Parts: sequence; structure tokens; C-alpha cells
Amino acid sequence: MSNKVIYAIYNDDDILMDAVKKTRAAHHHIEEVFTPFPVHGLDKAMGLAPTRLAICAFIYGLCGLSFGTFLMDFVMIQDWPQDIGGKPSFSYIDNMPAFVPIMFEETVFFAAHLMVITFYMRSRLWPFKEAENPDVRTTDDHFLMEVAVNNNEEELVSFFEGTGAVEVKVIEKH
Amino acid sequence: MYTFSSKLKTFSFILMAIGLLGIGYGFLTAPKDIQEVEKTLAAQSKEGHVAHYELTTPVDHHSEVLTKEQAEVKEQAEKKEHAEHVFHQLQNKPWSAFYVACIFFMLLSLGTLVFYGIQQVAQAGWSPVLFRVMQGITAYLPVGSVIFFIFLILCGLHFNHLFIWLDPEVVAHDKIIANKSGYLNFPFWIVRAAIFLAGWNAYRYFSRKNCLAQDESDDNSFYKKNFNISAMFLVFFIVSESIMSWDWIMSLDPHWSSTLFGWYVFASFFVSGITMITVVTVYLKSKGYLENVNTSHIHDLAKFMFGISIFWTYLWFSQFMLIWYANIPEEITYFVMRIQVYNLPFFGAVVMNFLFPVLILINTDFKRITWILVMASIVILLGHYVDFFNMIMPGTVGGSWFIGVSEIASVLFFLGLFIFVVFSALTKAPLLPKRNPYIEESKHFHY
Repeated sequence: MSNKVIYAIYNDDDILMDAVKKTRAAHHHIEEVFTPFPVHGLDKAMGLAPTRLAICAFIYGLCGLSFGTFLMDFVMIQDWPQDIGGKPSFSYIDNMPAFVPIMFEETVFFAAHLMVITFYMRSRLWPFKEAENPDVRTTDDHFLMEVAVNNNEEELVSFFEGTGAVEVKVIEKH
Repeated sequence: MYTFSSKLKTFSFILMAIGLLGIGYGFLTAPKDIQEVEKTLAAQSKEGHVAHYELTTPVDHHSEVLTKEQAEVKEQAEKKEHAEHVFHQLQNKPWSAFYVACIFFMLLSLGTLVFYGIQQVAQAGWSPVLFRVMQGITAYLPVGSVIFFIFLILCGLHFNHLFIWLDPEVVAHDKIIANKSGYLNFPFWIVRAAIFLAGWNAYRYFSRKNCLAQDESDDNSFYKKNFNISAMFLVFFIVSESIMSWDWIMSLDPHWSSTLFGWYVFASFFVSGITMITVVTVYLKSKGYLENVNTSHIHDLAKFMFGISIFWTYLWFSQFMLIWYANIPEEITYFVMRIQVYNLPFFGAVVMNFLFPVLILINTDFKRITWILVMASIVILLGHYVDFFNMIMPGTVGGSWFIGVSEIASVLFFLGLFIFVVFSALTKAPLLPKRNPYIEESKHFHY
């Protein structure tokens, strides 16, 4: 089985959106779309599943809140409950208002940082990562749709030429 | 055009009628003389109830050596003083209940007016389809202002003792209040109130008028006029709002002051106003009157509800925590009173206004589901009623608070009046502005 793919290149996001819709309607499998900027509604047109990053962030936030609460409870109430300026350190709730700023910041800190790290991991981004750019122009002003070829090369090429592509390339992928 | 459904109209009349009866009942059952209170207090102490918590510094009776006779005389005097105290609180109770509901609904429509003004000045592209709904809600402002202003005059004429600094007898014996009398005196106070109410109502009147004129106009001059007066209103509002909060709420506790109080009050009625816009919009939408309002508009309103709820909590906590932390005696009494005597409403307000909305409205999908949104709105509105209750009641009825007939009836009366005025106003103009420059964008708004 050959692993040929088609690179259909567009120079306008509206044309790209139309092409994506047509490709989906013709039941060709879109491997990937490369764009220089976020195209509003592209994920919906491609039928991508919605992100669950926000749910992760919420859970991380709860972890941060628990951590902040645990930290202040252990340090200020359990381990060494001193009288500092008359603040009541008999139980956590007694002195809670003083801990709220820390609880809040820990929540935000955990939610934000862990969510960003999750994003990096899920989208495989790290320093020294080799760029996976199929065509340098896609970072500037061109849009590229990659579609797998399954012994229907000619049909696909003519299909994409009909969708307003400025360039249609067939590439052997390794 | 909206037609006021006869069912809703009847419902509002029923609410007003029940409310009026309840308010009347509250005034009739308030104790008329001190003997009545003494009797109930005696009955309560026999039953072993301690219904009236008093915030007095504990006096060590044993430190002084008193003869039996002296002790008895002292006890009698204390009992009498206590009865007198409770008598004033109970007499205040129906007035306070009326006052809380009255100021809550008036400020709620003022909050809507501010939101409307901000939308005009920000040239928001999403909200013009909701302008008529907001104008409908602010139609309550003139009605509410009149009732409120009459109430303030009645306070000045000594029909009640809500504002103790209005009582010359109190001022004469209270140095702290006497020192504030340059600011807290009836003529200055009532003139300020008149100016603020007139200013807000003038904006509401002209803004509505220009908005309707813009419909028939062939250029955007009325739109520009509205932009200008909205900007001026917002400047006037933020100054008047701050002073209003000192005059009408903070001066109920004339020994206490807080610098962020104005913002705190603002956040409370601002979020109530936005919530009310959501409720009315969802209602009209469900009746099929707002064809251009889609879930994205509702979603935006829900985001504002969510965000401003957190803003309210931020201010609530900032005010509480700063005073709790420093624990200066002349400031902390305000919260000691609220925590010891109003424990459930005080912390319940935080649960209703923060915990509940933050957990419900954080979810994007939930912000578009009508029944969840309506449920959250009801909790937020009730929560902010309780918030105003917490601000006003401790200074007027103290330990004699109770959410009973007077309180519920006052809310029902003003709710009925509010529904009647708002939905009558909605019938007076088409629900979609015709020539607003942003109306097309607003119709196609999606998020």
C-alpha cells in the first residue's frame, strides 16, 4: 500500500472552508489542515471533537484548592499552631479568611500551569521539537489540506482542482 | 409588538393584593406600646426561650457588691431598657421589611439601566436586540423611585426609626453621630436623594425617547445623542451611586463606615439587574416574542451573571476580610453582629450568590440550557435580596429579625408591581429597535 497524500493548497480561508465542507461531503478523509492563523469554525467544518482542556483545568483547580487548604491547615493549624498577632489558630475555619488569598492563588496557579502543560503534551510541543511543516508558505499566507490517497489519485486531483485550490500536489510520504 | 398576557396581569395583581394585605398585617401586628413587648418578653423568658439576642459587653455583676435591694432595682431598670429596645426594633420591623424590598427592586432596575448605558457606550454588537427588554425593566425605575422617595420623606417625618440619626434626641446624646451631622442631616440628605433619583430617571426618560426616535429617523443623530448622554450618565451614576450607598444603607449603622461599601452595593444590584434581564428575556423568548434572540445572546447574559457574581463575592470578601483581619473594635462590631445574630443569612448569601452560580454557570453548555439558567437566576435574585436584608436589617431591627409575613409580603407586593410595570412598558414599543447601527450585527450574533 502506497502512502501517498495530496496537498491541496489554498490562498483564502473562505475557499478553504468551502473545500473542507465539499471534501467531507465527498467522504474523503482529511488527514490534516495547516493554516497560518486560526480559521473560525474550521474545527466544526472538519468535524473535530470539542476540546476537553477546560474540564482538565477545572479538575486541576480543585487540586490546587485542596493543596492550598492542606498546606495552610498542616502548617498553621496542625503542625505548629502559634498565636500570631491574636489570629485564632484553633481550627481551620476559625482562621480561614486569612488563608483565602493563598487558596485562591493556588487554585489559579494549578489550573493555569497544569492546563498549559497538558496542552503542550497533548499537542506534542516542546523545545527542540522538529517542525512538522509540510510547506513553509502555510505559516505565512497559504492554507494546506492533506488528504490520503487510496488508489484514486486522478479522481482526487481533479476533485481538489475543482475546489479552488491554487496548487494540488501528490507527495509520497515516508 | 408584545401583548401583556392576561394571565400574567392577573398574577401581578394577585401578588400586589396579597402583598398589600401582608404589609398591612405586618403594621397592625407590630406592638403599639411597650407593655405589649414586656408581656411577650416575660412569656418568652418563662418558656426559657432566649429569642432576643443582645449585643452588649458582658458586665460582671459580681464585681460590685450590691445589696439585694440595689440589685433588684438595677435588674428592673435593665429589663425596662431591654423591653424598650426590643419595642423599637419590633416597631421598625414592618418598615424595614418594606424598605428592603423597595430599595431592592428599585436598585435592580437601576442596575439594568447601568448595564444598558454601558452597552450603549461600549457600542456592543450583541446586545441591541435586548435594548427594549432592558428599557422595559428600567420602566420600573420611575415608579420605584417615587415610592422610595416618599418612604424617605416618611422617615424624615419620624414615622419610623430606621435612620436613628434622623432623631434629634439620639443626635444630642451621641457625639459620633453629632459630629457627622454636617453630612447626615435631613434637608441635605433628602435633597441629595432627590437629585440622584431625578438624574437617573432623566437619563432613563431621554434614552428611551431617543431610542424610539431613532427608529423613525433617517440618520444616526439620535443614536449619537444616546451615546453622549449614556457616557454622561455613567459618570454621574458612579458618583451618585457611591453617595447613595452611604445615604440609604450605610447610614443605618451611623457608627460604622467602609470605603468600598459603594462598590459592594453596586455589584449586588448590578448582578441582580443583569439576572433580571436574563429572566425577562428567557420568558419573552419562550413566549415567542424575541425571534432574533438566540442562545448566544442568552449565553452572553449568563457569562455576565457569572462574572459579576464573582465580582460581588470579591468585594464581599475584601470588605469582610480586611475588617476581620485588623479587628478594630469600632469597625468589627458590624460583622460581629452579622455573624452572631444573622449567621445563616450572612453566610447563606455567600452560598447563594457565589458558590451556587460559580458551580452551575461555569459550564458553557449549562449557560444555554433554559431551565438551569432560570434556576440559577432565581437563586441569585433571592441571594441578593438576602444580601440587602443583611445590609439593612441589623441596623434597624437588630436581634428581632425574622423572615415572616412582613418581609415576604413586601417582596410579593413589589414583585407584583414590578411585573405589572415592566410588562406594561414592554407592550408600548416594538421589541426590536429598527434603526440601531448595530442591530444587524446583533441579529446575527453568534458565539
